[in-house]
Amino acid sequence: MGEWRHFSHGADIGVEGRGETPSEAFEQAALALTAVVTDPAKLRDEVSVPIRCRAPDLELLLFEWLNSVVYEMATGRRLFGGFRVRITDGELAGEARGEAVDVARHSPAVEVKGATFTELAVGRDDDGRWFARCVLDV
Amino acid sequence: MRWLQVPEVLERVYVQDLHREGDCRWRIDPTGAMRVPAVIYADQALLTDMDDKVRQQLCNVASLPGIVGAAYAMPDAHWGYGFPIGGVAAFDAEEGGVVSAGGVGFDISCGVRTLVSSCTREDVRGVQERLANELARAIPAGVGSTGRLRLGDRELDEMLTGGARWAVTRGYGSVEDLERIEEGGCIAGADPGAISQRARHRQRDEMGTLGSGNHYLEVQWVAEVHDADAAAAFALVPGNIVVSIHCGSRGLGHQVGTDYLRDMVIAAPAFGLTLPDRELACAPIRSDLGARYLGAMRAAMNCALANRQILTHLCRESFRSVLPGFEGHLLYDVSHNICKEEMHAVDGRPRRLHVHRKGATRAFAPGNAAVPGSLRTHGQPVLIGGSMGTASFVLAGCETGEALSWSSACHGAGRSMSRHQATRQWRGRELVDQLAARGILIRSPSLRGVAEEAPGAYKSVERVVEVAERAGLARRVARLEPLICVKG
Repeated sequence: MGEWRHFSHGADIGVEGRGETPSEAFEQAALALTAVVTDPAKLRDEVSVPIRCRAPDLELLLFEWLNSVVYEMATGRRLFGGFRVRITDGELAGEARGEAVDVARHSPAVEVKGATFTELAVGRDDDGRWFARCVLDV
Repeated sequence: MRWLQVPEVLERVYVQDLHREGDCRWRIDPTGAMRVPAVIYADQALLTDMDDKVRQQLCNVASLPGIVGAAYAMPDAHWGYGFPIGGVAAFDAEEGGVVSAGGVGFDISCGVRTLVSSCTREDVRGVQERLANELARAIPAGVGSTGRLRLGDRELDEMLTGGARWAVTRGYGSVEDLERIEEGGCIAGADPGAISQRARHRQRDEMGTLGSGNHYLEVQWVAEVHDADAAAAFALVPGNIVVSIHCGSRGLGHQVGTDYLRDMVIAAPAFGLTLPDRELACAPIRSDLGARYLGAMRAAMNCALANRQILTHLCRESFRSVLPGFEGHLLYDVSHNICKEEMHAVDGRPRRLHVHRKGATRAFAPGNAAVPGSLRTHGQPVLIGGSMGTASFVLAGCETGEALSWSSACHGAGRSMSRHQATRQWRGRELVDQLAARGILIRSPSLRGVAEEAPGAYKSVERVVEVAERAGLARRVARLEPLICVKG
C-alpha cells in the first residue's frame, strides 16, 4: 500500500510518494500534487485522461509525469483524485481520474505552475520501498 | 569553443565564510568552483533568518560559466530553484556566458504594475464593499478560472511578439500606457516558433487571468511619502488611491519554463557542464538551445505584459462602474523574473550582459535612457509588493545600484514560513474577518489559499525595503496601504 506526504520548501511545497514499486511511488506523488490544491478524497471519479511520457532516467520520468499531470489539470480545468501508472523500459503509461474544477466544493488553494528539479529524487529506502519526490512551484 | 572548456565545473560548496563589508553587505570569497564572489545584501537580522540554502545556491550560481562581477542576493532572498529567489547574476556571451531557465523561473516576467489616480481614500470608503465585489466579479482569479479572450494561432503569435502593444491594439488600455512599461510594452527578439504546442494550448483560456498563490490585484492608498520630489513626479499623492497588479505569464510561461528546464538538463553534458543542482540548468547564450530559450522567454515576457494590460483594462472598467470618471494612469510596469540584455559598466568599460533577475527588480538610476522621460530625473520606479494586508512600497533606482547589483533591488517581502505552517497557524475565514475589521476587504475563491498567504507568513516588507535603501540598491519614495485585495 502506497502513501504520500508533503515536505516544506521555503516559498513552495515538496511532494513525496512511496510504494512497493516505482509505479506506485509515482501514483502517490501525483496524489500528493493534487493534495496541494485540494483534498483528493473530495474528488469524484467522472473522467479518465490517459497520460504517456518517456525519459532517459527515472528522475526525469517523474519530472515528466508530474508536469504532464499539471498540464492536464490546467488545460482541462480538472482535478484528479486517482492515478494509475505502469513504467516499462523508461516509458510511462498512466491514467488520471477525476472531475472538472468546482470552486465551491473543492475550494482549490493554489495553482501548481510546475514540478521542478529541486529535491528531485527517485530511489529505494533502507526498507526497500520506493520513493519519488520533488518540489513544486506554486 | 571556449564554453566547452569547462574543467570540473560546479562542485558543492557547503560552508562559507561571510565577510561583512559595511552596514548591509556580506561577501563570500570564491572557493572551489566559484568563479566570482557571492554577495548578500542584508542586515544582521535578515541574514540570520535567511535559509542556509540561499548561500549555497548563490555560491553555485557564482560557479556558472561567463558570470561577471559577483552573484548577488537581495534582502528578501530565500531558497529557490537553482538560483535563490532574490538572486541577480549577469553573464557575458563573449566570455562563454550562459542563460539559465532556472535563473528566470517558471513564472516568466512575473511582475508588478501600479496605477495612480486622483481618487481619494474617502472616495473609496463609501463604495468599498461594492468596488471589492465588482473587482472580484470582473477579474478572473484562482484555479480553473478562464479569461474572456480566446486566441487562434495567428493572433497568439501576434500577442507573443507584440506584448502590451498588441493588447492596446485590441482595445485594452491606451497608447499612453505603453510609455510606462519596460521596453515600451513590447520585448524585442521574441520567437513564437520556439514556443511548444503544450505552452500554446495552456494559454488558450488564460489571457487576462490573475492566477493564484501570491498573485493579486490590490486597491491601495498612499499612506506615507518618503521622498516628496520623487513622489510628486510619480503622481503619488498622500491619501490618494493607487492600484497594484501582481501576476505573470500564466500557463504559457509556466510551460516554457518546464520545457526548457528539461531540455537544458538533458543538454548539459554536451555543453561540458556538470551541474551540482539540476535546477541550475543552463545553456551557452551562443548556442542554438540558448538562442531558442531566449526567443521563447521573450515571447513569454510579452505574454505577461499583454496579460497585465488586459487586467488593467478590466480593473479600470470595474472602477468606472462604481466611481464614474475614474482614471487610473499607469505609473510603471516592471518584471522581476527575467533575463535581459543590458549594457553595464564593468571596471569602467561598458559591456553587454545578460542579467538574470530571479525575484529581483530592475532599478535603473536617474538619467538612464531606458526610464521614461517624465520619470527619468528621479530614477526608475521599483514596485515592491508586500503580503496581503500589509504595506507595499514604491522605490526609485539610485546611482549606487549600478556598481552594487547591476541596478537591481528586492521584489517583495519574501516568505518566512511554509504554506503548511501557515495553514496550521491560521484559518482563512478568521483572517478575512480580522482584516475586514481593519478596513481591508479580501476577495478570494479559496479560504485555504488566503490562509497560505497569511500576512504573518511573510517577512516584514518594511525591514526589507529599509535595508535595500541602506545598502544603496534603491531609495524609498512612498508607502502604500491596502483597502481591497483580490486574490486567486
